[in-house]
Amino acid sequence: MCCALSLVTAGEAATIYPIHRATILAGSLFDLKVEFDGVVQPEKVRVTINGAEYSQALGKTATFVEKEKGVDKSALILRDVSISTPGVYIVTASDGVTTNTISWEVYGTPGPRQARNVILFVGDGFSVAHRTAARILSKGISEGKYNGMLAMDEMPHMALVGTSGVDSVITDSANSMSAYTTGHKSSVNALGVYADRTPDTLDDPKVETITSLVKRKLRMAVGVVTNTEVEDATPAGMVAHTRRRSDYDVIVEQFYQSGVDVLMGGGSASFLPKSVPGSRRKDDQDFIAKFRQAGYSLATTDKEMREAAADPATQKLLGLFHPGNLDTVLDRKFLKKGTVEQFPNQPDLVDEVKAALSVLSRNPNGFVLMVESGLIDKQAHNLDWERAVMDTIMLDNAVAAAKAWAAPRNDTLILVTADHSHGLAIVGTVDDAAKGELMRDKIGVYADAGYPNYPQANAEGYPENLEVSRRLAVFFNNFPDYYETFRPKLDGPFVPAVQSPEKVYVANEKYKSAPGAMLRTGILPRDASQGVHTGEDVILTATGPGSERVMGFMNNTDVFRVMVEALAAGN
Amino acid sequence: MSPAARRALRTACLAAALVATGQAVALEAARISFAELYASVGILGLTFSNKVQGLAGKPVAMRGYMAPPLKPEADFFVMTKEPVSLCPFCQSDADWPADIVVVYLQKGTTLTSNLDPIEVVGTLEVGSRTDARTGFVSLLRIVEAQLRRL
Repeated sequence: MCCALSLVTAGEAATIYPIHRATILAGSLFDLKVEFDGVVQPEKVRVTINGAEYSQALGKTATFVEKEKGVDKSALILRDVSISTPGVYIVTASDGVTTNTISWEVYGTPGPRQARNVILFVGDGFSVAHRTAARILSKGISEGKYNGMLAMDEMPHMALVGTSGVDSVITDSANSMSAYTTGHKSSVNALGVYADRTPDTLDDPKVETITSLVKRKLRMAVGVVTNTEVEDATPAGMVAHTRRRSDYDVIVEQFYQSGVDVLMGGGSASFLPKSVPGSRRKDDQDFIAKFRQAGYSLATTDKEMREAAADPATQKLLGLFHPGNLDTVLDRKFLKKGTVEQFPNQPDLVDEVKAALSVLSRNPNGFVLMVESGLIDKQAHNLDWERAVMDTIMLDNAVAAAKAWAAPRNDTLILVTADHSHGLAIVGTVDDAAKGELMRDKIGVYADAGYPNYPQANAEGYPENLEVSRRLAVFFNNFPDYYETFRPKLDGPFVPAVQSPEKVYVANEKYKSAPGAMLRTGILPRDASQGVHTGEDVILTATGPGSERVMGFMNNTDVFRVMVEALAAGN
Repeated sequence: MSPAARRALRTACLAAALVATGQAVALEAARISFAELYASVGILGLTFSNKVQGLAGKPVAMRGYMAPPLKPEADFFVMTKEPVSLCPFCQSDADWPADIVVVYLQKGTTLTSNLDPIEVVGTLEVGSRTDARTGFVSLLRIVEAQLRRL
């Protein structure tokens, strides 16, 4: 049915949002927008839903805009509508000359509520190689069998998730997170909206986030916990509606308006009024003061976070531990590099999760908690696989903490997934003792790879030495020009390429003198400074009530459906 | 004026600026470095050092790197502690590091490469200011500045 529906009578037909094949939760809010391919006469415009006038079907009349700003074409916009009855909805839009017909599927959540709480873990850019390497480094492996499993491995349900968006096979963290939090596909850089054609980044047709939905319909608490800036795409996806993920000032305001109960991570610079040195805002709004006035406890250190969470009176918690992104676990716990000297009191993701659970569980109606291990992606972009894998182990520790919390309750759905892949693979081992003039000759493949000799992991699951004599050989399949050093970057996160005076990215000469360093000529466009996201599926594992819906191949939009079905949020 | 003539004039002005920013001028101005800008760096903001507060309105000389111009119409540039291509968080204007200094050059100076270290000599301005043309907010500026490559 789906493919025969686009009927174009002449010229370019109107574009309709939500798009063809959208799956919409019954009762969830969305904006209807019809973009005509020219200036049209309002009296000739006809938009129907299952044959009825849209205004009758949706109970509201749209605004007709004769010439959209910056586009000079007509559009029809209707904000905040919903459809309560599940079924297939055929939508047509005509300007009297051309007609476009699409279909939506509106689904309900017919079963009883299974889960009181939902915890969604997102490893940003967390790919299969990260997972395998984390298992090797954290649990050890001998004679082909692992000496232990990751907490995220030991979950009864698993699926492959497709991550592509409306506009591109390759996604970014904004639109992929948006799919998880709204159930609608979006476009690169967009959050909580369908990307329309106008240049204004805040007028695009919106779809409702899970934060709004569970607060509005179920009075649940919502938590957002990350080790990146809280305005960054993944955490922002819990509340934001913007075409442009870098609208940080707006995103902070949208967090404030959302009523989010726990918000923790970095990015304090966008909370400070512009008059305060260190602020990144372009206005005088003081969101530290606003959150405080709204009853939030404020924590800026690990200790303050623990104290606030332990106080039974704390119902709302704002934790900001860095003006920008927090440091990686390798830098925080082991190397003391990055910005750790400047900001020594950053909490670990595991402790953030424990604090969030303490506060959120005070809401009698349950909670939705999103936890991001966000630097897996930032370090994968930098081609710094060791830092990314250590942050994957941290993600797993956070999952273990959530599983332990949920185990005696059996009322909490836990999902662990990624928002997109990076192009890295485990090729073998690098053996310093191997014969060979060049470092590449020391790469052991097949039988010569054997097993790496990392020390047994410490009590937290981290190997305390990464620069062992026989270490994993992990390589990326896409990169700018860079020097491959075949070693972990113990003096700070890797910066593979720098911009030349000709404005193209060239290999960072800083690494040229590393022993055995080898120039790899990039295969990406020369304006790429880093590795890029890739299009492979990501893995989703799940446990707890409602997790049985996780199976086979799923679109990222289906993950939203798993959560709202477990919560019966469409009733 | 033809583009070529304009270019020639610009080159001449730049040459004059380079001569003017020689040793003699630099000696009159108080030297200040990125490391000396702040008394404290915290989650809830930075506080300016006594040195910065004492030099407000006075001539200073400061070394750093020139970030790529924000917008073509901007008549200022952002000076950073490290080359901006070495700063992974400087990819969009939402992502500037906290410790930047905005430099408004004397008229007629042109900007080219952003890789070489530079020295800027001019008057230090302290306090929030929003650039009228671009909306860029700055807290520390060096105005009426001359610049030379190191």
